[in-house]
Amino acid sequence: MNTQAEHKPSSVEFSDVVEHDGGRKTMTLNMGPQHPSTHGVLRLVLELDGETVVSCEPVIGYLHTGIEKSLESKLYYKALPMTDRMDYMSPMSNNLGFCLAIEKLLDIEEAIPARAKWIRVLMAELTRINSHLVWLGTHAIDLGAMSMFLYAFRDREAILDIYEIVSGQRMMSSYFRVGGLMDDVPKSFHKSVRRILTELPKRIDEYEDLLTNNRIWQMRTIGVAKISAENAINGGLTGSSLRGSGVKYDVRKAFPYSDYDKFDFKVPVGEHGDVFSRYQVRMYEMRESLKIVQQALDGLPEGPIRAHVPGVVLPPKPDVLSKMESLIYHFKIITDGFKVPRGSVYVPIESGKGEIGFFIDSDGTNVPNRVRVRPPSFVNLSALPSMVEGSLVSDVVAAIGSLDIVLGEIDR
Amino acid sequence: MGLEEKIPEGIALTTVDTMVNWARKRSIWPLGFGLACCAIEMMSTFASRFDVSRFGMEVMRSSPRQADLIIVSGRVTQKMAPVLRKLYEQMPDPKWVISMGACASCGGVFNNYAIIQGVDRVVPVDIYMPGCPPRPEQLIDGILKLHAKIEKESLRSKPKSTVTRAQSTDATSKKAEA
Amino acid sequence: MEDKLRTFLKDLFGEKILSEYTHRGQLSFYIQPQALREIAVALKNDSDLKFDFLTDITVVDHQGQAWEKDGRFEMVYIFLSLKNTFQFMLRAKLPENAATMPTLSKDWACANWLEREVWDLMGIKFEGHPELTKILTVDELVGHPLRKDFGITYEMPQFSHNSDEIEVVPDNPHH
Repeated sequence: MNTQAEHKPSSVEFSDVVEHDGGRKTMTLNMGPQHPSTHGVLRLVLELDGETVVSCEPVIGYLHTGIEKSLESKLYYKALPMTDRMDYMSPMSNNLGFCLAIEKLLDIEEAIPARAKWIRVLMAELTRINSHLVWLGTHAIDLGAMSMFLYAFRDREAILDIYEIVSGQRMMSSYFRVGGLMDDVPKSFHKSVRRILTELPKRIDEYEDLLTNNRIWQMRTIGVAKISAENAINGGLTGSSLRGSGVKYDVRKAFPYSDYDKFDFKVPVGEHGDVFSRYQVRMYEMRESLKIVQQALDGLPEGPIRAHVPGVVLPPKPDVLSKMESLIYHFKIITDGFKVPRGSVYVPIESGKGEIGFFIDSDGTNVPNRVRVRPPSFVNLSALPSMVEGSLVSDVVAAIGSLDIVLGEIDR
Repeated sequence: MGLEEKIPEGIALTTVDTMVNWARKRSIWPLGFGLACCAIEMMSTFASRFDVSRFGMEVMRSSPRQADLIIVSGRVTQKMAPVLRKLYEQMPDPKWVISMGACASCGGVFNNYAIIQGVDRVVPVDIYMPGCPPRPEQLIDGILKLHAKIEKESLRSKPKSTVTRAQSTDATSKKAEA
Repeated sequence: MEDKLRTFLKDLFGEKILSEYTHRGQLSFYIQPQALREIAVALKNDSDLKFDFLTDITVVDHQGQAWEKDGRFEMVYIFLSLKNTFQFMLRAKLPENAATMPTLSKDWACANWLEREVWDLMGIKFEGHPELTKILTVDELVGHPLRKDFGITYEMPQFSHNSDEIEVVPDNPHH
């Protein structure tokens, strides 16, 4: 154990006005952790020369929850609900990544039935739209477009209703399970999804009418917080923030998982790497996600929703009530969990925020030895100083919004 | 009663407490303060479908000096606790606290080194709300319960900040007393 | 691609590549810890392989396991080649008394925060890092919470149950 002396505190000491050589004076401004446009409890220490940002230092950890530590103390299937609470805008993506990683460790990927895979894709894409709608609403309200927030949250409610009918919970659904799904979709599912498929494209057109050609929006976003493709790669950016700079990298295309290679969709890329490009990429992505949802719903295969892997995946409920063996397996999994062979894997997926990866190390027991989450928001945020240094202080707000960060995932 | 018959029309008699509480409960300004998952449900409550402005509460204040109510929406970490306490102290009296969700109320699923097991260790709480996260309807119900609570308050009671339960959390002072 | 990478590493670095490990189709190479930076930079600059994307840096604590004697900590670096769409890992075992790695923060901007997180949560030092300070945990917390010998419910600043166990710091800011 290290001593206190070795720990340099992270909190930044600052005085209000700093006088530099040659008489130049700069002011230090503290922004957050309670600030309406930092999307949670982010704190920024900004050094300002007039209105210009000289340096920017993000201070994080105000939501450090110790999720990675807690995951090490839980059975594999009991750890799943914790992943919902990291990126709470896209709980299903987190579930998916965690389940895929465990399935890879167990080597049961081939056994997952097609229906489960397709419903996973469908829900993951609805989750992406959900995440992007929250981004759109909060990003727009930060830049002064109040009504966008109300519109985006109205549409989001339709997606949350679908979460609720499939899982019983509006936000923390924990719907995906190791080996498949919690349950099959109910009858009203198809109708609800179809309603979104007819309504949402019109709404997205409406939002683009409101924002894309709006002069205020353009002035606040075009040419602001630029990052070149080279710097974006060097900074480890992923997701729409990377594609906004023109780098065509999407985990769904690069390393297809869960039958994504069977869907026809495009990966949009931006040109300029500014706030406006990232905005355009995300708007386009919502339309592409709707296309995937459409394909998944039309071609949804029939069949079981959980893999047949005795001792690992829960047997179907009717079997539990009628067959002795199934009852025993059910009981054993619920009480003892399942053992995972020794070894470690890294499984990335594309969430709404970027590449979220799960690195799981198993020591052969029924609890993980180490679960590491590669947080896209954390890495994207670390590029913020290079984006905003030299720009105006009001552009910092635009830059934070365009990175689409969520503090629950940054701090975990 | 005899007195009401004698006074002219358009005048009603009431107590100062009733009138002040009536005014207070219908214009609570919450602090725009979000922590974690529950903050998203809080935003939903303030947005289109649930529309909390029906209860005179849509005026979110970004500065604690203009706010009456702090909704602790989410897990409070050890790093955030001093900040939360400071925000609470900056709010003018009278002030109220809603502890929204399981994490704020008792630590929730996160019983570990990073999370404070209940925000009532840092600030006094008026309404505890279960759920992970609570639905917007639940938050509205909590707000209505707070309204009912405010109705019963009296101007003669001490200002809130001097009767905090939070003082007991300070281990240093506890040790000093012992 | 795998063969190309294997020959590249074997030819250039020889005995610095200790062994190869494939689990569920994912390729890793165990390397000598101190050789990390030269290997990573060579992979980045090679125009053919071009592993220019550092996806993640993480570390596993093996305390209490039978294989702890090989080195308590296992560093894992995940590299991605955007050009070849290929991902693989470099791993290095570190003993507890020499938990030090060379830094990659000069070559990848994202390594700065990732290494700070590893230091904060697991206590691995990175030689040459510009600012190796805490990033996530609270300043009063002593130790590295993700290590196996750190109790899961041990609250360092005293808010609740274990306040008696912790020595009170006189200038505690939580007053």
